[in-house]
Amino acid sequence: MTDETPTAATRAPLRVLIAKPGLDGHDRGAKVMARALRDAGFEVIYTGLFQTPEMIASAALQEDVDVVGLSILSGAHMTLFPRIMAALRERGLDDVLVIAGGTIPAEDQATLREMGVAALFGPGTPLGEVVAFLRAQDPARAVGG
Amino acid sequence: MDLVERLDSGDPRALPRLLTRIENRTPEGLAALERLYPRTGHAHVVGVTGPPGSGKSTLVGVLATAARASGRRVAVVAVDPSSPLSGGAVLGDRVRMMGLHADPGVFIRSMASRGRMGGLAPAAAGVVHALDAAGFPLVLLETVGTGQDGVDIASLAQTVVVVQAPGLGDGVQAIKAGQLEIGDVLVVNKADLPGAGDLKRQLRLALPTETGPERWATPLLPTTATTGGGVDDLLAAIDAHREYLKESGNWEIRQRGAARAEVLTGLRAALERRLATLDGDQLNWLIAEAAARRRSPDAVVANLIATLDSAATGGDSVSDQRGG
Ligand SMILES: Nc1nc2c(ncn2[C@@H]2O[C@H](COP(=O)(O)OP(=O)(O)OP(=O)(O)O)[C@@H](O)[C@H]2O)c(=O)[nH]1
Ligand SMILES: [Mg+2]
Repeated sequence: MTDETPTAATRAPLRVLIAKPGLDGHDRGAKVMARALRDAGFEVIYTGLFQTPEMIASAALQEDVDVVGLSILSGAHMTLFPRIMAALRERGLDDVLVIAGGTIPAEDQATLREMGVAALFGPGTPLGEVVAFLRAQDPARAVGG
Repeated sequence: MDLVERLDSGDPRALPRLLTRIENRTPEGLAALERLYPRTGHAHVVGVTGPPGSGKSTLVGVLATAARASGRRVAVVAVDPSSPLSGGAVLGDRVRMMGLHADPGVFIRSMASRGRMGGLAPAAAGVVHALDAAGFPLVLLETVGTGQDGVDIASLAQTVVVVQAPGLGDGVQAIKAGQLEIGDVLVVNKADLPGAGDLKRQLRLALPTETGPERWATPLLPTTATTGGGVDDLLAAIDAHREYLKESGNWEIRQRGAARAEVLTGLRAALERRLATLDGDQLNWLIAEAAARRRSPDAVVANLIATLDSAATGGDSVSDQRGG
């Protein structure tokens, strides 16, 4: 996908939780993203469909992930995201990077960013773009607390 | 506060972070493990292994639920293979255990095998020690058993559950591949599917027939992990195996075996790290010498060992200093 060298041999792989919150039963996008991140050298914890905010936050805590990636198609993002961000904060996971992919109308994007969503990737975003974004964050948590 | 202090003070982020540090072999993680190790040796570590798709994760999930009903806190370590190409991994075992998220008495951690084909991650022992030190009386360790790598789990776990299921080969393959021998408990999962009865009969033939009164008779149990059918019997067999180990003195024998395997594996890894410190030019030059038949491979090895020895003693080779 990209011709950058894999990170695995040189430093610890970034851990990414991929979750599909909400009630619609399509996780193709999430699976494609999970595989793309694996092929870029990340360790992806895939949690599957119908995730509640509590499930996502408790998995993010136990797995000590660097990134939570949410796949949203359902249009319920404006109700789900505040609850997910709150559930993460409740567990002290303020430093976990939250990114989202899916159809999110332009008028909601600013609100989501204000809530702390670090990046939004619309449908059709090249997967390499997501990988590059995460690589740029990569060293942040390699050492320390 | 360091990670051990945070763990002891009940900080919920401490254990997950500690496991990451141990996996990555950071100085912080290794130092914490050093302090925690004297606290370990109490958990019952149960390995759950078997071919891909046999239902290990689903079974581990319902086993955890059953153990919770008896009041025990449960830790799950689920190992999935890393991609040999990218080093990355998709760890998907949690999908089958999502029913457990609301229970603070269950801790689930996914782990990539990082360089070992389908077997146990090199850091799995450290991760299990940390969970043991954190006070989990039961640790369920899921790995895909493939050939010789399944042997790893036998040294780390006191009880090994080997899971088979109909529709994944004919059972004879598992027998031939020697995947059953490491099992203290054999399970035919997907007992709801046609072929489960046949598989069970085939596996029964592979069980040792002679069992003395003081020996453990390997149970062969049907389960339907998706409904929880047979899981109480499986947990009872796992608990009975622990009792058997304790009463027969085999618990201590297994612990010694586990320590031995871990020391030797660690030693091998440490030696490999030392090998990596060899000067590449010198190595290549000596290899070229061997290729050109000017030195034998054995002589080259002896030369390289002498180099490593002298580096370790910080000067000329030992024989030179004492010679004359
Ligand atoms: N019919 C039936 N299906 C089952 C049973 N147990 C598990 N499955 C299904 O088998 C599939 C694989 O189950 P997993 O628990 O993921 O199997 P696994 O051995 O952990 O798989 P890997 O981790 O990929 O090796 C899933 O679709 C399960 O729903 C069972 O008892 N009966
Ligand atoms: Mg599994």
